[in-house]
Amino acid sequence: MEPFHTVTGPAAPLLAPNIDTDIIMPKTFLKGVDREGLDVGAFNLLRFADGKPNPDFVLNKPGYEGCRFLVVGPNFGCGSSREHAVWGLSQLGIRALIGTTFAGIFNDNCKNNGLLTIVLPPETVAMLAHYASNPERNTFTIDLAQQTIFLDATSEEIMFDIDATRKDMLIKGLDPVGVTLEHADEIRAFEALHKENQPWFF
Amino acid sequence: MKTPRTLYDKIIDAHTVRTLDDKGLILLYVDRTILNEYTSPQAFTGLRKAGRKVWNPKAALMVVDHVNSTAAHRTDRMPDAGGQRQVEYFAENARDFGIELFDILDKRQGIEHVVAPEQGLVMPGMVVAAGDSHTTTYGALGAVAFGIGTSDIEHYLATQTLVYRRLKTMRVSVTGPPAVGITSKDIVMEVIRRIGADGATGYAVEFAGDTLYAMSVEARMTVCTMIVEAGARGAVMAPDEKVIAYIRGRPRAPRGAMWESAVESWHLLKSDADARFDRELKIDAADVAPMVTWGTSPDQAATITDVVPHPETQVDVTRRKADLRALEYMGLMPGTPIASIPISHAFIGSCTNSRIEDLRDAAQVLDGRKVAQNVRAIVVPGSTQVRTQAETEGISQKFIDAGFEWRQSGCSMCLAMNDDVLKPGDRCASSTNRNFEGRQGAGARTHLMSPAMVAAAAVEGHITDVRKFRSGA
Ligand code: SF4
Repeated sequence: MEPFHTVTGPAAPLLAPNIDTDIIMPKTFLKGVDREGLDVGAFNLLRFADGKPNPDFVLNKPGYEGCRFLVVGPNFGCGSSREHAVWGLSQLGIRALIGTTFAGIFNDNCKNNGLLTIVLPPETVAMLAHYASNPERNTFTIDLAQQTIFLDATSEEIMFDIDATRKDMLIKGLDPVGVTLEHADEIRAFEALHKENQPWFF
Repeated sequence: MKTPRTLYDKIIDAHTVRTLDDKGLILLYVDRTILNEYTSPQAFTGLRKAGRKVWNPKAALMVVDHVNSTAAHRTDRMPDAGGQRQVEYFAENARDFGIELFDILDKRQGIEHVVAPEQGLVMPGMVVAAGDSHTTTYGALGAVAFGIGTSDIEHYLATQTLVYRRLKTMRVSVTGPPAVGITSKDIVMEVIRRIGADGATGYAVEFAGDTLYAMSVEARMTVCTMIVEAGARGAVMAPDEKVIAYIRGRPRAPRGAMWESAVESWHLLKSDADARFDRELKIDAADVAPMVTWGTSPDQAATITDVVPHPETQVDVTRRKADLRALEYMGLMPGTPIASIPISHAFIGSCTNSRIEDLRDAAQVLDGRKVAQNVRAIVVPGSTQVRTQAETEGISQKFIDAGFEWRQSGCSMCLAMNDDVLKPGDRCASSTNRNFEGRQGAGARTHLMSPAMVAAAAVEGHITDVRKFRSGA
């Protein structure tokens, strides 16, 4: 997993509520057995029309090349559990999502793939969306260690909260399975007791 | 005195291996998983790359359901090369990691959320996590159940645990006798409409109230399945005698003395009387009418007697824009009576509504009637066992006589990952759970409703109130 330190780049607004994982990664891109090649899939039906880039979609507009951040509407990532949505966003170069609420499974998937999700109050998200909407003022710098979003346009710095464990994982790019397996003995001991109490589960 | 606890908290407490921070982050022991062919491959690849084994292969079941054909006569070949590769890799993983597999021609194959309860794989008091959002289904059996992504599948397979943050709790109580002809699908759609598509985000939902307890276990599964469309990260319902009767004698259910002790312990599974929930929602079942979605999010729904809403009346600007966009996609004019919208397709199936009772209910509406001429109607049983049972009961014949295609089991047109795909502009009355843009095919339009409502719409060729069929009118 790519560690997250400081990332600078353009931000784009995608403010519709309830952007679901079917939209983020349409089903035609779910037929793989690996994580590769999903950048084409990301927002495919919005990004392309008749096989050509759709000029109306924000990521195809001038000033959004190399977009690193999305400022998104409420409940982003709802629906299907498909992690392909997150793999696709990462492969598209997106490193952080800023919004008011994220859907649960999607948010967990982001954490597991080094994609930072930042939750801020609606007014702050609206303010950031305002800058993201202007391709001449949409450069942000996100510093995870400092928990700040720096706006190039105004030199303003916005603080955000993130839980400590999540932050640690993202900064270190840890392998969560490896971390948990350090507690393998404890899991085994728990399991033995669990089996004694509920043998019918086994 | 002990602090009163909710059922969710009791089950989570009983599965906590260790605490990871002081804000509810824990290492959670998970009793079961069910794997499908499209969200699991990368998890197995991860295990292979790291040289890791599956912690307890017996705690998992693998079922092919998403990419397979549901043609009446099907083989073990998938409709396309990608699907074929997924199914082959799936079988390879089952063999190499020692996990039981129900492949496409297995008599026990079906949609994972129909198959797992059918096999008695899910029991009260369990924690079940699986790579599909509708895993919440199993809440109806008294388990805490939730969906996870592929990285977490890998974590589960390797460690039998998940790094899990405890959720807030919401109780949804549905009380009183429902009006005639109202199904549990209508109830859960009403809940979603009221609280919104993110109304339960961050919550585990406990369903309660005499209405749901008067309903069958299968009807409760519909409610638990679909609450994920309000963002619920888990669902649970205290098990009662119906749940116990449902599990008894199933292939993986305990037997003999172990059954007796299991039942004894299941009787204790309920929230303490004075347990505090972070949020409470009360619904009077008498207020619920047959529900239909008009938009592209499951909360964009109305009752059958309603009209397509006027977005101008929506005060929230973001919502107003979303409503406008939805109506444009759906090709609907504000003010159009819901019960007049013509359909081109009718689909009965999906983990929300494809169990035997769903089929019985729809067949009853169809009995002696015919599908309208310009409607293509399809019914896809939730499992091969459901299909067989429906054939034995003569239900399949009722569908066939009415003009429905009687299919094999799978997810099918619920997400159209196989060859059951709608074309742009097609309009489908669907017993599924998601009306997202492009869900049933790029440009296709989905109206969610109960299976009986789908049957009624198929007959009339437009969305209609099933209650007039029920009263024999
Ligand atoms: S039936 Fe639909 S919602 Fe259910 S598991 Fe299959 S694709 Fe998902």
